[in-house]
Amino acid sequence: MPSADVKSTLSDGVHVIVKRDCATCVMVAPLLTQLQSSHGIMIYSQDDPSFPDGAKVIHDADLAFSWHNNIETVPTVIKVVDGAETERIVGWLQNEWAHMFDLPNIGDGLPAYRPGCGSLSVDPDKVDALRAKFEGSLLVSRRVEIASLEDEMEALFARGWTDGLPVVPPTQERVIRMLSGTSLAPSDIVAIAPPDLVELTVEKIAINAVMAGCLPEYLPWVIAALKAVCTDEFNMHGVLATTMPVGPVIVCSGPGSRAIGMNSGVNVLGQGNRTNMTIGRAVQLTIRNVGGGRPGEIDRAAHGMPGKLSFCFAEDEIGSPWTSLAVARGVASDTDAVTVFAGEGPRCVTDQLARTPEQLATSLAATLLTVEHPKLPLAYDAMLVVGPEHARVFGDAGWSRGRVIEELHARLQLKGTDIVRGSHGMAEGVLQKYEQLTVSKFRPNGILLVHAGGGAGLFSEIIGGWASGAVGSEPVTQLVTNVGSR
Amino acid sequence: MTTINASRFVLDPTSEQNPSQRQILARPSSLKGLTVGLLDISKARGDVFLDQLERRLVGVGATVKRFRKPTFTKPAPVDLRHEIAISCNVVIEALAD
Repeated sequence: MPSADVKSTLSDGVHVIVKRDCATCVMVAPLLTQLQSSHGIMIYSQDDPSFPDGAKVIHDADLAFSWHNNIETVPTVIKVVDGAETERIVGWLQNEWAHMFDLPNIGDGLPAYRPGCGSLSVDPDKVDALRAKFEGSLLVSRRVEIASLEDEMEALFARGWTDGLPVVPPTQERVIRMLSGTSLAPSDIVAIAPPDLVELTVEKIAINAVMAGCLPEYLPWVIAALKAVCTDEFNMHGVLATTMPVGPVIVCSGPGSRAIGMNSGVNVLGQGNRTNMTIGRAVQLTIRNVGGGRPGEIDRAAHGMPGKLSFCFAEDEIGSPWTSLAVARGVASDTDAVTVFAGEGPRCVTDQLARTPEQLATSLAATLLTVEHPKLPLAYDAMLVVGPEHARVFGDAGWSRGRVIEELHARLQLKGTDIVRGSHGMAEGVLQKYEQLTVSKFRPNGILLVHAGGGAGLFSEIIGGWASGAVGSEPVTQLVTNVGSR
Repeated sequence: MTTINASRFVLDPTSEQNPSQRQILARPSSLKGLTVGLLDISKARGDVFLDQLERRLVGVGATVKRFRKPTFTKPAPVDLRHEIAISCNVVIEALAD
């Protein structure tokens, strides 16, 4: 029995791939036997090596031929001229077969068209193992063996690879499937991961994305977020090392965020949505495992916060009265992007009585004043996640994104006498030299406005920032690219 | 019936700057009451030495469990390492030549 381990270019002629477990293949089987005599076609069977009866058949037992020739359906007919594929017919189409073999009456009596059946090489039960077999050599990560009586979940905990919750074991099959979500090569380096300043390959990101529970279509978003947090501007090293309770807050924008099922509505900052939870978790696991940023080591947070497991959500762009945060930061509309912000846990602003934008802006400003400390201005940014019912108050009054931010700043001009050290019985505050000045709570671009949340509830959320700007962290927006497999 | 899985592997999610093996624990101050694994690496007459060692260990109050590698030319199989890890407090692996 000849082997079908074909990786090289196909020889000139016609190649037909079939399986017995396919009614269309069975229907055309007598034709194939004839065509082998008359036209010398090569026949490959995925299952039964004696099918079609009476033909000389190459058994594609390991499906290598099918895999390397991208066979998705049987029968598939491939014509090769001068070493290059010139024609491919999928299924039975009388007129196309007639044309290829120059036999106008081929298959007389058969229906004009009959679709084929799924190729075994794309069988969902087999495809991951085949991908691992034929493409696994692309992966270079160390393979770690788990004892047969060792609980695999416990084995991953024991090696210190988790964030304290169970992770999906990153088998080769799962990692290769994850890599189908990006057109980047596994060996591509997309960032230098702090704190250990390790070259971050797509392969290592995919491994951690598997562990986090991602689907392949999330991977480009994970990669974009990691590119963003690994910039000098975002300063992931500092975000880890600080004793303050901050981590990367990842805001996803663009139609792709909806296509991958992200939540921008009810419970937007909470649990329950796989996409939101696992993208943020994959970023954190990658920083932990590849970058080496582990709590108690480089991560020195005094308290931390639950969002350091994962803090990722989508903007509600469709329901928003404003342009999105991404567009405000220079991204073209309808373009997929992530914005990362070094933030702490969210807190709620409740105002159920404001019916004018002025009233609501005043309430929001009063709460924004307390970010970090009411007497500490300019040092921290804030993300303001405005819920739809609050946004409606602004939208109905015609307040644009820019107007809302402007009105907030106007209400956050602090008198030096109120914020100098010792005033109002609080030692904390600014230096005495500011006593006669008016100081803005936030720097001009220090309020990041996002529209998200459930449709009922007159609430907004404030996510306080960490040391802002060049001394600490700058928000970074990164396009989501290389979507789809290679 | 328990089915023994074929070999299972996961891919290392780290930067691989550290060994994949975990660090060994500190040595205990006394062996009394502890379970000591004796790993015979399958070299000739190693068992003679280990028999002697077992008598000494039992004499100081240890419980001894004996293990054997299939061949001294290869590392201990992962399942054997796991069995030793979960059933012993201490292991003595020695070359007798």
